[in-house]
Amino acid sequence: MSTLEIRDLHVSVDTKEGAKPILRGVDLTINSGETHAIMGPNGSGKSTLASALAGHPKYEVTSGTVTLDGEDVLAMSVDERARAGLFLAMQYPVEVPGVSVANFLRTAKTAIDGDAPSLRHWAKEVRGAMENLRIDSSFAERSVNEGFSGGEKKRHEILQMELFKPGFAILDETDSGLDVDALRVVSEGVNRAKESTDVGVLLITHYTRILRYIKPDYVHVFVDGKIAEEGGPELAERLEEEGYDRFLPAGASASA
Amino acid sequence: MTLTTDHSRATADGAHTHGTVPAGSRAERKTSFDLADIPVPSGREEEWRFSPVARLQPLFADDLTGDGVAVTVDAAPEVVVETVGRDDERLGRAGKPGDRAAVTAWNAVREATVVTVPAEAVATGATSVRIDGTSKDATASHLLVRAERHSEAVVVIDHRGDALLNQTVEILVEDGAHLTVVSVQDWADGAVHASSHRASIGRDAKLKHVVVTFGGDVVRVTPDATFTAEGGEVEMVGLYFADADQHQEHRLFVDHAVPQCKSRVTYKGALQGASAHTVWVGDVLIQADAEGTDTYELNRNLVLTDGARADSVPNLEIETGEIAGAGHASATGRFDDEQLFYLMARGIPEIDARRLVVRGFFAELIDEIGVESVEERLLASIEAELEKSMSVITGAPAQ
Repeated sequence: MSTLEIRDLHVSVDTKEGAKPILRGVDLTINSGETHAIMGPNGSGKSTLASALAGHPKYEVTSGTVTLDGEDVLAMSVDERARAGLFLAMQYPVEVPGVSVANFLRTAKTAIDGDAPSLRHWAKEVRGAMENLRIDSSFAERSVNEGFSGGEKKRHEILQMELFKPGFAILDETDSGLDVDALRVVSEGVNRAKESTDVGVLLITHYTRILRYIKPDYVHVFVDGKIAEEGGPELAERLEEEGYDRFLPAGASASA
Repeated sequence: MTLTTDHSRATADGAHTHGTVPAGSRAERKTSFDLADIPVPSGREEEWRFSPVARLQPLFADDLTGDGVAVTVDAAPEVVVETVGRDDERLGRAGKPGDRAAVTAWNAVREATVVTVPAEAVATGATSVRIDGTSKDATASHLLVRAERHSEAVVVIDHRGDALLNQTVEILVEDGAHLTVVSVQDWADGAVHASSHRASIGRDAKLKHVVVTFGGDVVRVTPDATFTAEGGEVEMVGLYFADADQHQEHRLFVDHAVPQCKSRVTYKGALQGASAHTVWVGDVLIQADAEGTDTYELNRNLVLTDGARADSVPNLEIETGEIAGAGHASATGRFDDEQLFYLMARGIPEIDARRLVVRGFFAELIDEIGVESVEERLLASIEAELEKSMSVITGAPAQ
């Protein structure tokens, strides 16, 4: 069993006006096999947490620690974090023109595992995973994310989660912009990964909708850069009914 | 910075240009076989304003008497190769010189290599024209590639070694012929090369014109393509990779003088290192009679390191509203850090991620070349170029 531990994490983002603090002391412990939902209004810092954990250069950790089984994650480069078993399903996956999905998947898998997957076995695994996610086989020859619809990009992210088998997966608003069918397909992919591996999941979302398909063990409410309230799945149900209004200063209103 | 324009619905309004407005229409640019008509440039002229004129100076002399290149032709069995005197009547038919370098080359040259694909012949292999630099005496050379009616052939011109070369490449694509001409500038450091490519495309003829520039100190290639009858098609593809202190300039001119012709221009370049400089200028002129013209040109540049500079100027002049399509796009971007982050977040080390992105940038273009030996060599050259920038990255302190 592995543990991802976040302690008193403070993170600033680079802006034209200088560094702007976003996270103000986040504490969170995730064990293998657990699913944690992080919910919160827009601008509360949920996605910043995701990007900072993955090591995006725009975000600067000003204090606090992140460890994976005791190893200092913050000292690792972006690619080292991925090879250590962290996976970030991005909110806005990036287009990489001229690099085919097939080539990209094989290159990443080889980097993560340390050696190339056996050709026949890998081809079969990719094909099966694509079928499960209803991704047409022609996507293998298309450039990564180029010309993909929003839903196709998200399915491609979850395809990677299934194939790379990370120890911990951070899903950054994977549900946003998906219609009900696509949401179900994507959720099934996450649940398959949970069943077949012992992945710990950090599910970042604005809406409770995805939690009908992916059952969280813990729910954390993010407000103003830190966790304002924690609980079990029942907290999500309460948020569904009440929204985020009670977490916001009087007079302010959270967007739906 | 991106500029994209679709002119397919443009109305005729006389001259129409984008980018920096050139000095008058391309149609009014002086062309001549006479040295006296085109003086040595100062560098302020429109066609020289991006060029290192001082470094090109040796090629502007009235008489280039050097014998600094060796030409070796390895022809397909169907193809005829000759060396002829400068007064051979087949020379000088693909258009007049359009700048000082071109007119100097025309006047200085004493003999020419003529590669002829006979009428209706289909060449069974590529014809290779090797031009090896042997000394630094300023030299003029002339090559004519002539595809007679309904012939088909591929000709690869390969420049290596060190030279000061002022060159003319004439390309005649006669009615119904399909010709591919590839010019590879893989010079050693220090080479200075000016090359005027002048192509004339006949009825229902098709030219694929490929320019690949990697080596040399200064390389300036100016391909002109003129349609002489309806139904012609030209595809111009270019790929360049400039390192520190290299100047690579590609100035194209497609002259749609007659109706119902099609042109496609796609040039892509990568730059790395201090004072690496690339210039791409794409002039397209759609003359008043050229109804049904279909043209599109694109230039993209990928700036890999600080200190490099890419100039990109598409110019489209439309003198008739009755066209099928006309557009251009130009984009110069830095290496995309978001792409790098995405790939690295999947465990791919920075060096491999950069390699993937640069290969990806060129991939589509390399597929378009359609000459396997050239494609393979290109991939190898790109790898070699990348090795240079990788050594800079690996030597740099970690982030």
